[in-house]
Amino acid sequence: MNLLIRSSPRNPGKFSVCAVAVLAAWTAVFLPSPVQSQSRNSPSEEFLSVPGEIGGAGGRLVVSLRAEPKTLNPLIAGDAPSRQAIGAMQADLIHINRATQLTEPALAKSWTVSKDGLLYTIKLRQGLRFSDGHPLDADDVLFSFQLYLDENVHAPQRDLLIVGGKPIVVRKVDSQTLSFELAKPYGAQERLFDGLAILPKHLLEQPYKQGKLDQQWPLSVAAAQIAGLGPYRLKEYVAGQRLVLERNPYYWKMDVKGTRLPYLDEIDFLFVPSADAEAIRFQSGETDIIGISRVAADSFSTLSRQSRGYTMSDAGPGLEYNFLFFNLNDLGTKVSADLARKQKWFASAKFRQAVSLAIDRQAIVRLVYQGRGVALWGPVTPGNKRWQNTSLNNSARSVEAARNLLSAAGFSWKKDSSGEPSLVDSSGAPVEFSIVTSSSNAERSKMATLIQDDLKQLGMHVQVVPLEFRSLLDRVLQSKEYDACVLGVANYDADPNSDINVWLSSGGSHFWNLGQLKPSTPWEAEIDQLMEKQLASRTFDERKHFYDRIQEIIRENQPLIFLASPDILSGAKNTIGNFHPAILEPYVLWNVEQLYLRAASGGSHP
Amino acid sequence: MDPRRKLVLLLTLLGAAHFVVACAGFFAPYDPTAQDRDRPYAPPMGIHWIDSGGNFHARPFVYAQQLREGSFDEYISDTTHPIPLKFFVSGAQYKLIGLFPMRIHLFGVENQGAPVFLLGSDGYGRDLFSRMLYGGQISLLAGLLATALALSCGLLIGSLAGFFGGWTDDVLMRVAELFLALPWLYLLFAIRAFLPLAVSPLQAFFLVVVLIGTVGWARPARLIRGVVLSAKERDYVRAARGFGASNIYLLRRHILPQTWSVVVTQAAILVPQYVLAEVTLSFLGLGVPEPAPSWGNILSSLQQYSVLSSYWWMFLPSVAMVCFFLGYLALASALQDVADKSKI
Repeated sequence: MNLLIRSSPRNPGKFSVCAVAVLAAWTAVFLPSPVQSQSRNSPSEEFLSVPGEIGGAGGRLVVSLRAEPKTLNPLIAGDAPSRQAIGAMQADLIHINRATQLTEPALAKSWTVSKDGLLYTIKLRQGLRFSDGHPLDADDVLFSFQLYLDENVHAPQRDLLIVGGKPIVVRKVDSQTLSFELAKPYGAQERLFDGLAILPKHLLEQPYKQGKLDQQWPLSVAAAQIAGLGPYRLKEYVAGQRLVLERNPYYWKMDVKGTRLPYLDEIDFLFVPSADAEAIRFQSGETDIIGISRVAADSFSTLSRQSRGYTMSDAGPGLEYNFLFFNLNDLGTKVSADLARKQKWFASAKFRQAVSLAIDRQAIVRLVYQGRGVALWGPVTPGNKRWQNTSLNNSARSVEAARNLLSAAGFSWKKDSSGEPSLVDSSGAPVEFSIVTSSSNAERSKMATLIQDDLKQLGMHVQVVPLEFRSLLDRVLQSKEYDACVLGVANYDADPNSDINVWLSSGGSHFWNLGQLKPSTPWEAEIDQLMEKQLASRTFDERKHFYDRIQEIIRENQPLIFLASPDILSGAKNTIGNFHPAILEPYVLWNVEQLYLRAASGGSHP
Repeated sequence: MDPRRKLVLLLTLLGAAHFVVACAGFFAPYDPTAQDRDRPYAPPMGIHWIDSGGNFHARPFVYAQQLREGSFDEYISDTTHPIPLKFFVSGAQYKLIGLFPMRIHLFGVENQGAPVFLLGSDGYGRDLFSRMLYGGQISLLAGLLATALALSCGLLIGSLAGFFGGWTDDVLMRVAELFLALPWLYLLFAIRAFLPLAVSPLQAFFLVVVLIGTVGWARPARLIRGVVLSAKERDYVRAARGFGASNIYLLRRHILPQTWSVVVTQAAILVPQYVLAEVTLSFLGLGVPEPAPSWGNILSSLQQYSVLSSYWWMFLPSVAMVCFFLGYLALASALQDVADKSKI
């Protein structure tokens, strides 16, 4: 999960990374679309054949990153650009297909799960090699998991590998087989393995023993010192300008005709300072693809309008949800008198429901996302069809109903100096508060301004305070000195487990009342229990049943007032083949090994 | 042109422009914060006299704009129904010059469903023309007040330093140099960070004025000190002192009048400079907060590439600003000419 702001470094301690759960019903090996096949190229190499257009080999792809990656080391990478670059260089055992959202074998040829759901046995593909030619075997996998689990390494992935309070136990069965033992059944099952890059023992063992792992693989690393199992490997890095990757000649996927992937010889990641600069570069033809980070709707329409030789595409709503929330943190004696007074209003569910009813979500979708998004009433977006509780009614905007709720909660209206009715609480104090938002995020600032105008109709006086993102997070997560805030969360996976830190009352991103020792309300306690239950359930239906109830509780209590979710927008030159943006990150590069350049004459886009 | 006639002409023009801005409520057809969410980024409407059928209308009219179905910012003009512009129509309530509640606007349309956007609308469907006029109120007033503040401080400190000389002069001028050397933008950032999270538009406005004014006194102070320094050595000043005139009398009767032309010229230069300072602050989000309009925060949406490339009318407020600044600078040079002439 990622707090949604451009290249925001994820807080490794607090936010669980990506992968997680679904498909509890599956216990045996299941292979979706990609077909297993023995390679023609070399009898000892077990390739994975992937469906898709047959492309031509060669060529260079230029794409932009919104900032320079901080590292190429998956053990310490927290920022989005680093993850995006590493994504093209590393591979995992079992991978979530970004298009189907289902798991499929990657470095693992197959896997089995024991009946009790506690023991996973994974078989590796034979004959695989790292990008430096060194062969892969079970020792590398064992070593990688040792690194992820070592407390001293502080890998952000570590939290994921603690199941039921205990770290996963990894054992080598033979040189191609490993077993993973869990302390408790894990609802998300093999999704656990997505995103955990298998690292080369021969390169990292020495630094690990010397305790220098965190200094490994900076961008300036020599190409011979870094290796991975992903489609590309490091070629060149020019500080402040670009990162150049070249084709990994040992990559283990092939197309249906048996050609070894990837097709492209080279990928250039250019570092551009802002989303606007990114759009300008793409428009001028300097970059081939835009949308590694979601393209904003206004840039999208500008680019679509002036389209020359490229096609923009809208993959529909993603998993990002934006919301307004009030400060319900129990600050004890540290609380200011002003905030204590306001928290009395915020703590009333009727007050929050009234605010929710008064917000014009359709206007947010129209004015902020130019219609390329959906209004939201819960954390599960329409992009996540599997987990959405469709039985809940989306209450339409009604200022009238909101007023009734406020009256019922003891609020009333009084004419203020300018003759406008202004809302006052039971003690006669006017309802005034401020909404903080990130100044670098034009979309969310705009939402806050629209909400400000909506709440004026209820007689609330709202001020919008744009803050620099760092100081915003500091206020919301550390000092807790704010009234209300507009934030967003983008998940890496559709599974509810990726949101667990938001919903557990002890969670580090339980935004409205962080890290409680004991749930402060009965409904938060119920969510905690339901979350635990769904984590340990083994069938999808069971998990869905619990998660539906969680969504219902959230709807009733509105701790987060959901606003809208944007479509995943991207674009590519018409000469790029196999370009199929997904709603999961990395939106456009998830099938980077299959991207290819069409011959110059064949200009049309599929 | 004769400098005096030029001066009068400029003063009249600037005075008229300021009057329009001061009475923004009357000249603007809408409330600057009113959002028409069905009409974001509507282009400016042309005022017509001749309709699509070639008929002449004595009363100017506009064509209503409707959003094209399924589009975000493409509008179709409904040329079948001209909407006549009415004068002195009743509309949103406002306070004339901040005092008298009124509802009469200079122009407008009676059909509330189809607003008239002379300069188009912004991303929230707010009338840019109204925002420009109301924004001018804040920006110009901030510029004028900050100038008054900076000049009063400058006059006081400059004349004290020049008149008394010695260590007073040394201390005051070193302080002035310190202020000149301050990186004021960063200072403003720092001060803003100290202040409470949410400030109301009024508080923010006075904050901006006080900040610009207190940071800006040093330059005029140095100029005034120079004038005072030379004035106090004049023979008639020495003579008055010889007759036993007090310091206060000397300053008031003989020395300060000498600084008059410098002060007035400085004022004409500083006003646009300080308006621009307010614009910069608001552009950077440090000035008056949304939804209250100021020239700076109106222009700040131009930071986005899409606005820059797709909605040219968002630039229009800057044209008004440039006219104001040119007017003030021409006024400064005219004042200079008049002062030079009167000396000869």
